[in-house]
Amino acid sequence: MEQIELTYPARRNVNKKAHVGVVGSGDLEVLLEPGEGEGASVFIRTSVDGFRDTWKAVLDRFFAKYDGAVRIQINDAGATPGIVYLRLEQAVEESER
Amino acid sequence: MSEYTGIRGAVWFRSLTGQTSPMSGDTKSVLTADAPLGNDHARFLCVVPDSHARFPCARHGEVGLEEAAALATRVREVIEHDKNTIKRPIIAIVDVKSQAYGRREETAGIFLAAAAAADAYGSARLAGHPVIALVVGHALSGAFLTHGYQANRILAFDDDGVMIHAMHEEAAARVTRRSVDELEKLAKEIAPMSYDIRDYAKLGLLHKLLHVENPVKPLQHEIRNVQNELVAAIADARSGPVDLRNRLESTAAREMRSASLLVRSKLEAQWLEK
Amino acid sequence: MSSKGYSADFINRQSFIELDARARAKALFDEGTSRELVGPFDRVESPWLAMQGITPQEDDGCVVMKGKIAGQAAVVVALEGAFQGGSIGEVSGAKMTAAFDLASADSEKGLRTSAVMLLETGGVRLQEANLGLAAIAELMGSILALRKYAPVICLTAGTVGCFGGMSLAAGLASYVVMTREARLGMNGPEVIEQENGVEEFDSRDRALIWAIHGGEQRYAMGLADALVDDDTPQVADVIRHFTSKGVPAVHRSAQVELYRGRLATLDTSQQWDPKEFRALWGTNGLGEGKR
Repeated sequence: MEQIELTYPARRNVNKKAHVGVVGSGDLEVLLEPGEGEGASVFIRTSVDGFRDTWKAVLDRFFAKYDGAVRIQINDAGATPGIVYLRLEQAVEESER
Repeated sequence: MSEYTGIRGAVWFRSLTGQTSPMSGDTKSVLTADAPLGNDHARFLCVVPDSHARFPCARHGEVGLEEAAALATRVREVIEHDKNTIKRPIIAIVDVKSQAYGRREETAGIFLAAAAAADAYGSARLAGHPVIALVVGHALSGAFLTHGYQANRILAFDDDGVMIHAMHEEAAARVTRRSVDELEKLAKEIAPMSYDIRDYAKLGLLHKLLHVENPVKPLQHEIRNVQNELVAAIADARSGPVDLRNRLESTAAREMRSASLLVRSKLEAQWLEK
Repeated sequence: MSSKGYSADFINRQSFIELDARARAKALFDEGTSRELVGPFDRVESPWLAMQGITPQEDDGCVVMKGKIAGQAAVVVALEGAFQGGSIGEVSGAKMTAAFDLASADSEKGLRTSAVMLLETGGVRLQEANLGLAAIAELMGSILALRKYAPVICLTAGTVGCFGGMSLAAGLASYVVMTREARLGMNGPEVIEQENGVEEFDSRDRALIWAIHGGEQRYAMGLADALVDDDTPQVADVIRHFTSKGVPAVHRSAQVELYRGRLATLDTSQQWDPKEFRALWGTNGLGEGKR
């Protein structure tokens, strides 16, 4: 089990929660909610160790386009970067619905 | 982990009832007797091996179709008989290898036979009968759900030959893709996974752990002691509600099942919102 | 109640099986009446998984929703088959039991509250072993208590099916609803093959598996009350039907004499063709309070 924390600057307040995904094999769940302080924070828990750099790359790419001041929690069971990115986009979509 | 021998059930059935046989018409693998216990006349039930059982997959102490059906019948008999009178205690003496694993069993719906027995025990409890499970050997998985786990109070011997669990070690290791060694190591650190009855006792589900020097050849005074403990458990059951909430109220449960308690309090708090 | 066959509507059907537990639960309620209780943001997860290197899910694979079905108060508990095979742990089991206990409490006070349990599960979560098993026993007790007041409906749609200790919970239900894809039994084919050999059950024989455990077989032999297509509106309709029907006169698991009599007549000297059970048990079956 690995825990990874990342923070990003953010500009826009977000006022809705969103939840997507299932912690199935090769999948993940994303909990997105308004952040506490300024900026955005991401807390990742994954059962596949050793991919910190990959996680950072995916989240960097995501936050290059997204500027919500959110707290994102991820529970992961071995999803590919593509699936992670998809779930993040789905969570944003749901939070903006 | 101990081996299942299939001896203890019959030994304790005889010790506590003075009888040794099934009731007329029942499969030989289910022993039922009515015997005095304290000031009550209790019904005792026990599943034992029958190497000549009709179903080939139920010949070594498994709880199969006929065992479950006989248990359901004999427990419902008590409910019906005591409908307008004092609710007699029902004592499940438990030493069962497992549920029966067979194609015939699955075809004929053993899930329903098992549910019928559990229904009978649970309905007896809800009707006010004190139902006590005395685990003298093994109590595994579907077999224990069928015969014993609906009891008001569960007693077990503090002995290496006693085991309550969801699946035998080798099978559990296979299913969870671990080695038996890895599983044993985990089981030492994680109480709900342990095969040791003393760790099971920490979960708060057990009413009492009883010490018996030799569970296979008990002495007279030990048998009397177990009878006294059963009588005390019956009184305790009668003094409380008919549901299973006592399994969450013990000191041990407050510690080891705190997540269960949190679920219950949160759900109740949110039930009425809006 | 049986289903219509596949028709030209097949393409337009809304698959129920493809929905996750949350979406399945929501689909059963009257529009706009449902809300989730102790959901992911309450973060009541398993205390036992992370320490074993398994990532927990914030709802522990069990969704509890409350609302109205066919205009009546109802609670739905849905197991997520994709998380740990829908297996029962301390928290997921406690959510189900607590929900049923609250439904009983309301029913006792005069607000009859029925229950639907969506069971996609292999039974006990072995990583929580004795707490999972105990949770199932407690759930069974709560089903027995609630079903005196209001129907407890079991819905198993697949792909996981309902196995292990949770098959006993299904056995206690007031009504059982299945799709053809679904399966219901105590022991799965792999376990039987492991315990008693490939002759007893070849776990690779898919036709055999569905012939014994499949929804169509269970319905035809009287162990399930309805067979539905994998179509969400149809599933919701059947659930409304049984909710409105109320508590059966006699529950299937209480019909012991009938069942025991049937077992006594079986020739156990050989394996059977499961289809025989359709004629033997199907017509005056252990269904809907029939004797």
